[in-house]
Order: sequence, then C-alpha cells, then structure tokens
Amino acid sequence: MKDWFIQASYLTASVLFILSLRGLSSPDTARRGMNLGAIGMLIAVVGTLLQHEIVRFEWILAGLVLGSAIGAPMAIFMPMTAMPQRIAISHAFGALAATLVGIDKYYRHGAELGSATMAAVGFEVMFGSLTITGSFMAFAKLQELVRGAPITYPLQNASNLALFASTFGILLYLIFDPGNAHLFYAMACFGLAIGVLMVLPIGGADMPVVVSLLNSYAGLASAATGFALSNNVLLIAGALDGASGFLLSILMSRAMNRSFRNVLFGAFGGGAEAAVAGKTASGLAVRSTTVEDAAIQLAYARLVIVVPGYGMAVAQAQHQVRELAEQVEVRGGEVKYAIHPVAGRMPGHMNVLLAEANIPYDKLLDMDEINPQFANADVALVIGANDVVNPAARNDKSSPIYGMPILNADYAKQVIVLKRSMNPGFAGIENELFYNPKTALLFGDAKASLTKLVAEMKNA
Amino acid sequence: MTPTVLMQVYVFILAGFVGYQVISRVPPLLHTPLMSATNAISGISLVGSLVAAGANYGPVSTALGFVAVTAATINVVGGFMITDRMLKMFRQDRKAKK
Repeated sequence: MKDWFIQASYLTASVLFILSLRGLSSPDTARRGMNLGAIGMLIAVVGTLLQHEIVRFEWILAGLVLGSAIGAPMAIFMPMTAMPQRIAISHAFGALAATLVGIDKYYRHGAELGSATMAAVGFEVMFGSLTITGSFMAFAKLQELVRGAPITYPLQNASNLALFASTFGILLYLIFDPGNAHLFYAMACFGLAIGVLMVLPIGGADMPVVVSLLNSYAGLASAATGFALSNNVLLIAGALDGASGFLLSILMSRAMNRSFRNVLFGAFGGGAEAAVAGKTASGLAVRSTTVEDAAIQLAYARLVIVVPGYGMAVAQAQHQVRELAEQVEVRGGEVKYAIHPVAGRMPGHMNVLLAEANIPYDKLLDMDEINPQFANADVALVIGANDVVNPAARNDKSSPIYGMPILNADYAKQVIVLKRSMNPGFAGIENELFYNPKTALLFGDAKASLTKLVAEMKNA
Repeated sequence: MTPTVLMQVYVFILAGFVGYQVISRVPPLLHTPLMSATNAISGISLVGSLVAAGANYGPVSTALGFVAVTAATINVVGGFMITDRMLKMFRQDRKAKK
C-alpha cells in the first residue's frame, strides 16, 4: 500500500513537471505552470519521506533548512544582471547532489554492484563531477573572478581529449570490475579536472553554449541517478532537463553557426583563433556623432529598432533604454527590440533584462521576426552589440563569423551605435557596419550616453 | 539486459522525447526562465539525497546525504522562486490591453 502510494506520488510529480514545462510555451501560462512544477516537487518529496529506508529525520531536516536558508535569499536578492552567474552556479549544486548520491551508492555497495548499476553510477559520477567544476568555472568567469577571455595553451584540445578518453576508459573498466575503488575515486577526480579544463578555453561570447551544455549534463547526471536507484521520477526529470539543455545548446550553436559536433567536442577555442583572421580596417574612417544630433534623429524617427547586446548588460543600461523608448513614443514614434539568440551570456539574457526594465514582451522580437522590418526602420540603435550585427557574416567568406545569422541593422535608414571605444568585439573581428556611411557612432558608456540622450530629447 | 533496465531505458528515452517536443515550443523570449525552471526540476536529485541522509547507512552516507540534500534544496527552493520572480516581470503592452 505504501509502495503504491510512493509510486503514485512519483507519477503525479512527473506529469506535473511536464505540464510545468508545457506552461512555458507562453508568458501567460508560465507562472501557473511553474506552480504546478513546485507542487510536483513537494509531492515527490513527501512520497520519498514515506520510504521505509528512511528512519531518521534530523539530518534531512537540517539539510532542508540550510538549503532553503541559502537558496531563498539568493532568489530574492540576486539582481537580474547577475542571472547568468546564478544559472551557472545552480548547475553546480544540482550536479553536486547527484554526484554525492552516486558516491554514496558506490561507497556502500562497491564490488557488489551489478554491471548495469555500475554503469549508471559511473555515468552519474563522471557527468556530475565534470559539471560541478565546469559550472563553477563558468560562474567564476561570468563573475569575473577569473579572466573572461579564453585561456589557451599548446596541445590543449589533444590533452583534453586524452584525459576525457582515459576517464571514459576507467568507467568502462569499472563496469567489468566494480570492486576497484581507487579507480572509481580517480575517475571522480578526473571528472573534476575535465570540468575545469573544458571551460578554460571558452570566451565570454561562447558562454550561452556552455551554460546550455552544462544544463544538459546536470540533467543527464540526474537521469543516471534515476537508473542507479531505479527511480522513475529521477529518470524522467533528468531526461527533461537533459533534453532542454541539449535543445538549447543546438539552438545556441546554430545561432553562432557552429556545428554541434564542434560544440560537443569542446573545440570552443575558435574565438581565439578567429582573432588573428578577419578583415583589418585600415584606411576606413568612422563617423562619430554627438548626443544632440543623435537625439534629433531619434526624435523624428517613426520606427526605432533597438539592438541590445552584452554591452547593455555590462553597463546595466536597460532602464535608460526604456526611458529613451518612452521619449520616442511620446513623439508618436514606435520602438521595437531586436533580440539575437546569442546576445549576452546565456540564452534569453536580453529578454530578462528588458522585461526587468518594464518593457512589454510583445515588443521583444526574435531575429526571424524583426529582420524584415529593418528596411522600414528610420533608426537602428545598436547598444553594446557587435558581432551579431556584423555584415561580414553575410558577405565576407574569409571572415571567421561568415554564415552566422545576424540582425540586419545595416538595412535601416540610419544606424546609431553606442560604443565604449573602437576596440573590436569579442571575436576580435572588425565590424564593417561601423564604417558604413549610414552609421554614426556615439562613444561612451552606454548608460551615460543614454541618460544624456534622454535629457536632450526631453528638452528638445 | 534485465527487464527492469530495459523498462528504465524506455522511460528515459520517452521522457527525453516528450521533453524535446515540449521544450521546442518554448519561445526564445522565455529561454532564461526555462533554464532556471529545468534547474529547479533537476533538484529532484533531492529524492535520492533524502534516502542517503535519512537511512541508517552509517556516518559517511549520512554526511554525503546531508550535503546532497542541502545542495539539492538550494536548487529546488532557489530555482522555483527565482523563476517565478523572473516570470512576474514579463508583461504585455499596457496600451494593447486597454
């Protein structure tokens, strides 16, 4: 009877999890969906506590209280601008839980484990441990505790591949000889090392792919826990998480014109190599503009398309963007936002920031939707974006970003680019857009420039 | 392969398939909430951690279980709360509603 109840609770939880993700297909249903997911989680936990193995509750209670005491304040006080870091570090927590459960299983049973269970525990600990350190490295890079630029050294890919192959070799060996505890713990340590080494060569602009990939790995570690413990709700939730991360990684790598194989095998160093290639812009001149001129252009525009990029996030200028949009709208103009899939440091980064600034989500348009509209735009206002508006992706076969889908900002009648300096973007590629005769550059910190623009437009 | 393992593989593949279908309908607008939502859901490792922490398997298991429960709870509590906080911010155009 009790077992029946436990299984029923897991089934209910699984259904609720699927429904909660289904809710995310529209902003109107998303919050209700998430509540269903939370109820599902509660049901699964209550079901689990009924298991006859569980005899003492003091440590469970302590863990639940401590976890809530850390998790809740993090959720309440974390500024939206820190969201990429927060997402990255949370993968580390999920993977840590899965890894420890796997180590516990091995510690207790070791040599007695059947080959199928050993394979599951092995995968769990391998994926889990590399996700822990990988996510932590991603967190450190996003939080700028570690230099954000790619860190490369000779034979990096070869040595990483060799390390990964030997770790996988140990895993295969353990399936046939589960009793070898030294090898098991060595595998866990190798996993931790792989996580660090995997993320080292990755630069900031590639973070959306990495964060999605780690999301997928964390899910796979949970699913492997499900196999190891013969627990269906773990299997299902892990599979959902794994599928989600996998799909996001595909979408992100497609938006950067990288093959998925290129992503899977960690050849992320592309950015560093790209820095040497690409066109140089000697002999071309940029046209810089003043706040006054830009304000006049914006004041008379009927359609302004804002192209936000990581620079807007760094300057935390999303609220000033809204104020500027209000000024344009007061004058009868329309403002839309063009969101490139890999703008920022995680999938959907720009959407969250602009939503935080109270910009209605129906004005945030995806690349496919907004691209045909640039031709009608009087002004394309590029705020801290670079590679995602570089026309070289369209017409320069020698460019490292050739083939990457971009926002057609250069089709607008006028382009204003807010930019800190003439330093090229992350990939180190010159951007033809800046040399286009239609383009005017407004140098300075995005937030300061926008504040001045707003003041100027109010007076005009 | 035992029948149990075979059934588990079935469940895993079908769940992954359902996940793929459901998630491919999530608009890019909500990709960040999607990540934090799946993160909260993957806090389901809590279920495995609870058993390790609460069964009388010895001090090592209890310690591993306690840390695992803490880590998973951070994800569950933090994940659901922050997803809700984010989703609260997404609103439609006021003028369109009038």
